[in-house]
Amino acid sequence: MREPNGHTAPSIESLEAFTRTWTMEDFASDTDSDYTSYWRDWFIAARGNEYFCEIDEDYLTDRFNLTGLNTEVQYYQYALDLVTDVFDMEVDDDMREQIEKSARHLYGLVHARYVVTTRGLAKMMEKFKQGVFGKCPRVICESQHLLPMGQHDIPNVSNVKLYCARCEDIYNPKSSRHNSIDGAYFGTSFHNILFQVYPALAPVKTQRRYEPRIYGFRVHASAALMRWQEERREEMKERLKARGLETGFEDEDEGEEELESEELEEGNGQDGIDDMFEGRMQAVQ
Amino acid sequence: MSSSSQAPESWISAFCSLVGHEYFAEVSEDFIEDDFNLTGLQSQVPMYKEALEMILDVEPEDASDEEEEEEDEDEDEDEMLDPEGKSYRQADAAERRHLRMASDLSVIESSAEMLYGLIHQRFITSRQGIQQMAEKYELGHFGHCPRVHCYGARVLPVGCSDIPGQETVKLFCPSCLDVYTPPNSRFQTVDGAFFGTTFGCLFFMTFPELDVGGDKPAPPPPAPLVDPLATGPSSTTAAGTKTARSSLSSSLTSPQPATAPHNTSASATANANPVPLPPQPDNINGVSPHNLAPGLGHGNIYEPRIYGFRVSEVAKTGPRMKWLRSKPGDANELDESAIWAAAQAAKAGAADADAEMPDQGAGEVEDEEMEGVGEVVAKGGKGRRRENGGGGDGGLNGNGNGVGVGTAVRAGSGGG
Ligand SMILES: [Zn+2]
Ligand SMILES: [Zn+2]
Repeated sequence: MREPNGHTAPSIESLEAFTRTWTMEDFASDTDSDYTSYWRDWFIAARGNEYFCEIDEDYLTDRFNLTGLNTEVQYYQYALDLVTDVFDMEVDDDMREQIEKSARHLYGLVHARYVVTTRGLAKMMEKFKQGVFGKCPRVICESQHLLPMGQHDIPNVSNVKLYCARCEDIYNPKSSRHNSIDGAYFGTSFHNILFQVYPALAPVKTQRRYEPRIYGFRVHASAALMRWQEERREEMKERLKARGLETGFEDEDEGEEELESEELEEGNGQDGIDDMFEGRMQAVQ
Repeated sequence: MSSSSQAPESWISAFCSLVGHEYFAEVSEDFIEDDFNLTGLQSQVPMYKEALEMILDVEPEDASDEEEEEEDEDEDEDEMLDPEGKSYRQADAAERRHLRMASDLSVIESSAEMLYGLIHQRFITSRQGIQQMAEKYELGHFGHCPRVHCYGARVLPVGCSDIPGQETVKLFCPSCLDVYTPPNSRFQTVDGAFFGTTFGCLFFMTFPELDVGGDKPAPPPPAPLVDPLATGPSSTTAAGTKTARSSLSSSLTSPQPATAPHNTSASATANANPVPLPPQPDNINGVSPHNLAPGLGHGNIYEPRIYGFRVSEVAKTGPRMKWLRSKPGDANELDESAIWAAAQAAKAGAADADAEMPDQGAGEVEDEEMEGVGEVVAKGGKGRRRENGGGGDGGLNGNGNGVGVGTAVRAGSGGG
């Protein structure tokens, strides 16, 4: 195997590479391929990057998956080399930084594509289950786990938001370190696809809601709006029922009970003072 | 004793400057000293008198002072005698007394916090207190709504219960009329009852001129969107390739469902827009239309899409919650009494009225009743209840005691 003419004499560079590989293997046990993901490991572990999952080496090296990104990313080839740990050029610090920045951007753009693949969805689903993306701030949603999403697929338009599948609304991340992540790195489709692929993870919806009150009495302006909204809801339920579809609300007959309890409330005017959530009927006296 | 140069911090301001107590107003001593404002609290708080004294920084009475001093002396003696076991009995007694004192102190301390919270609940619904909270609100002390479509609307701390020990403090957003958990966990130890269920609404009725919307960016050019609520089956297509996805315009809409939405009244058409809105009222149910839940309605409802295609409501995991964030484009749709009157007129006009809309008639009568009986209406300036409410600043109200709120707050007579 070895040729005697000195070609195999290890150069400084390959020694470094060897050492690096060796060190990485020491603690990175479950990599996707033989090669260690030095840059990606760093990126995933960096504070503020909790929302990202690790993109498989295979995915990153398949040029088909990167179609069109070469025009999106400055220093595309260098950035790609850096992300895949094959960048070995000597560059000055400014350039290095530029390439770093491009690498992060590239990773984000590929990430948006990766998370709608089977592997990517599975990885994000695990993170979702663990609550890595946080919990819905809406009180009625009872800490429903969130998913990251973008309002746009084009980068540099808006930052990442968090989607709650229980109230079907989107929220700003609590932490400022997440508020600077580009929403396009997750895209507009991923979170919706996830529940199509894993329908069992979709939470049941609730019709319970907060009711503004004063001394136990509903306030007319908001109550009238809520009645209007609830009419819209009932219309939707009718449309669904007409097609023989489930409404997806918890405890579907709760609606009727609610109405009855409301009437009772009107009657004695005492109920509900301590019970702001319609539909939860613990009478505290 | 007290030096004139540096007044010691009062218990109240110390309490309010604790981490996690940022939402609290500083209740004025006048308010606490007015017994009327404390009605009924005696039975709710253990060691009430001591707790009240602690809140007001009242020096302990002379008798107890002496007692304390004596005790201290006792203790010193005890410590010296104890090792020899000579006065074991005495030491034991002193120790027990000491322990009791210490535990009493912690009981008093926590009672004082409870009492302060309960007084606070009343204080912030008084004219003086609500004013103080308004200043905090304006300064953004309570934070902003986390909901994207509320565009950073300012929120207000509220309780979901008036009874302590049930729920922690929440944040009410006037822009979406919903409540949220404070973002910082330090507020998750603050009792919601210390803010109470009434304060949130009362606040916005008291200051109807406050602009409750957030900083909404200039509206984008109107897209030819169909009202989401009126839409039946739209295309749910998980097809679409990677290359195609960015080119798919977000304005893709699907044809109207064959089953036209019945009974949607004007809601669908109002939003579908080129149709101009009918003249809008200055005031709808006591609120200026632009200030009624500005974070809701068309353009403020999240619309799930997959590769640019709207996810249909009839899809298994399709949207089911848009109603929660919707609002009629035409505020007149919320004028229930006008609608009811119109319906009555139509009914009277039609010969076969009964056959035509029996259900609606009954339902609307109920609504009408609700309006009069069970709900609080802020009719313009009448929302400033404290001004004509009784008892000057002392106008506190316990549960269900809110007579004089706006117009009609009457209990009973509901049954029918
Ligand atoms: Zn939610
Ligand atoms: Zn809001």
